[in-house]
Amino acid sequence: MNFLKKFDGLLLPLVGAAIIIGLWALVAGHEKVTKDEFGFENVEKVGLSKDLPGPVKTWQESKLYVEQPFAKRGELDQGILAFTWLSLKLVAQGYIIALLIGTPIGFFLGLSKTFTKIFDPIIQVLRPVSPLAWLPLGMILFSSFAIKNGAGRTIFGASDAAALFTIAICSMWPTVLNTAVGVRAIPQDYLNVGKVLKLSKVKMLFKILLPATLPYMFTGFRLSLGLAWLVIVAAEMLTGRPGIGGFLWQQYNANIYEQIILCILTIGLVGFVLDRVMSLVESRFKTA
Amino acid sequence: MSFLEVKNVSKGYGPPWKRSEILEDINLSIEEGEFVSIIGYSGAGKTTLMSLLAGLIKPDKGTVTLGGKAMSGPGPDRGLVFQNYSLLPWLTVYENVALAVDQVFPKWSTAERKAHTEKFIKMVNLTPATKKLPRELSGGMRQRVSVARTLAINPRVLLLDEPLGALDALTRATLQDEISRLWQEDRKTVVLITNDPDEAILLADRVIPLTAGPKATLGPSIPVTIERPRDRKCVSEDYDFKQIRNEVIDYLLKARDRHKASLSRNLVLPDIEPEDISRGRRLSGGRRGPVRKSEIKRENVEVEV
Repeated sequence: MNFLKKFDGLLLPLVGAAIIIGLWALVAGHEKVTKDEFGFENVEKVGLSKDLPGPVKTWQESKLYVEQPFAKRGELDQGILAFTWLSLKLVAQGYIIALLIGTPIGFFLGLSKTFTKIFDPIIQVLRPVSPLAWLPLGMILFSSFAIKNGAGRTIFGASDAAALFTIAICSMWPTVLNTAVGVRAIPQDYLNVGKVLKLSKVKMLFKILLPATLPYMFTGFRLSLGLAWLVIVAAEMLTGRPGIGGFLWQQYNANIYEQIILCILTIGLVGFVLDRVMSLVESRFKTA
Repeated sequence: MSFLEVKNVSKGYGPPWKRSEILEDINLSIEEGEFVSIIGYSGAGKTTLMSLLAGLIKPDKGTVTLGGKAMSGPGPDRGLVFQNYSLLPWLTVYENVALAVDQVFPKWSTAERKAHTEKFIKMVNLTPATKKLPRELSGGMRQRVSVARTLAINPRVLLLDEPLGALDALTRATLQDEISRLWQEDRKTVVLITNDPDEAILLADRVIPLTAGPKATLGPSIPVTIERPRDRKCVSEDYDFKQIRNEVIDYLLKARDRHKASLSRNLVLPDIEPEDISRGRRLSGGRRGPVRKSEIKRENVEVEV
């Protein structure tokens, strides 16, 4: 028993995975071959959820994408990590925009009561709006937006701008709110130190306000990154961009169901890794 | 006119309908180079008084002047050592001191500022901890950094707001000796606020009691004539020391006895008493109804603080 205890951390999660895979296999449909009186084979899907492919089938059909993760057979037929890379690039762009806009807004909210009174209601109303609702607005907003390359081909068009807009606006709020809370939570003592030394406004910002707010800001950054990754699937589905979410939606529309679960697993794993990395960065900035 | 002068200063907090007056009619004059201790109960408004002297808050009435000029706000000419150290946790010991030095002496060369910073870290015996962060230091060490930061900007007045309040007795004693040594070196004007009579008498030229709040005010100043340097072991046996100590404590105790806070509040009784039918009042809709006794009862309570 003691021997087993040592491997708790490894074994128990595996037990959890086994249970889920078992349930999946139980629910999934399988093919049943019957012969009619003339000797013709009749293939029929049976099971609780007869269109859901089982674990084995999923693995067989997904093998190609996993074993050649960076292969590019066509714009919409690439290895799973190639798609992930495309999605990550888009997320990174939207996320950076969100941080660049969200952090200053958070600072103003934290510093000025008037600013808070003016904008807080709007923020509270816009915050719960779903990415699916923002995307059409983005499409309209940037309908005539296009950056062309030398050959006259559009390399960054309305749908790209709309996707970025959606990611940025949806993932911005945790950064805004956490920064605001962080600024308000700065101990009066630190501000008094600045006042006694008569620090200039700029010095006050960089020597006291910013470092004192950093831990809160990074909590916001981490939550924002999680949201940005959440939004990517919706954004890609609606705009048809190649990427992990776009791939998922395309396979569904093509009635190929085997890779859907592969995509979900990949999205989950990448999200998990992103969160871990951000919390490492976050703990680095914890002060006292 | 004295160097640091406080005239008829009052300060209270809160809106007019539930205002609490903290300090009332504070008068204080301190000569240049004097070490004055103000001693009072906790919650009496000691920190409020210190914030007034530092210029962090403005008095409701009266004036605070330093060297004949009225104070308009905080500034590095009054060095404040905070009760809770107030070191910036993301800066090392050196950086904490250097922040103040760089700000106050911008015209000096980099080398001069560095030498100045290091000198003051050495003065409080923290050279080995130069590169440490405040969270890696003990409470006593943190307060020494705070003292170094304040002394390094060469303030005209040093304001110590219960600087040793959060420390254990042994560390307190060490730091008291250290403050005493530092003061003897350059004889700055110092105002020390404390709740420890021994500390107040050991360090100061003059001890001034602050009566209990609300509406705390300063009592008569009691001169400490014990020869310097004072040795803590000899001093505690000293006749004068005991005399002064008794005087201070007596004053504070008497001031407390005289001082009783009274408050008036509605008595909320369970609503089972008969209604007072003889008195009427207007209900909504113009009807008249009787008054419940529980609504008209009021009591005055005297509370000893």
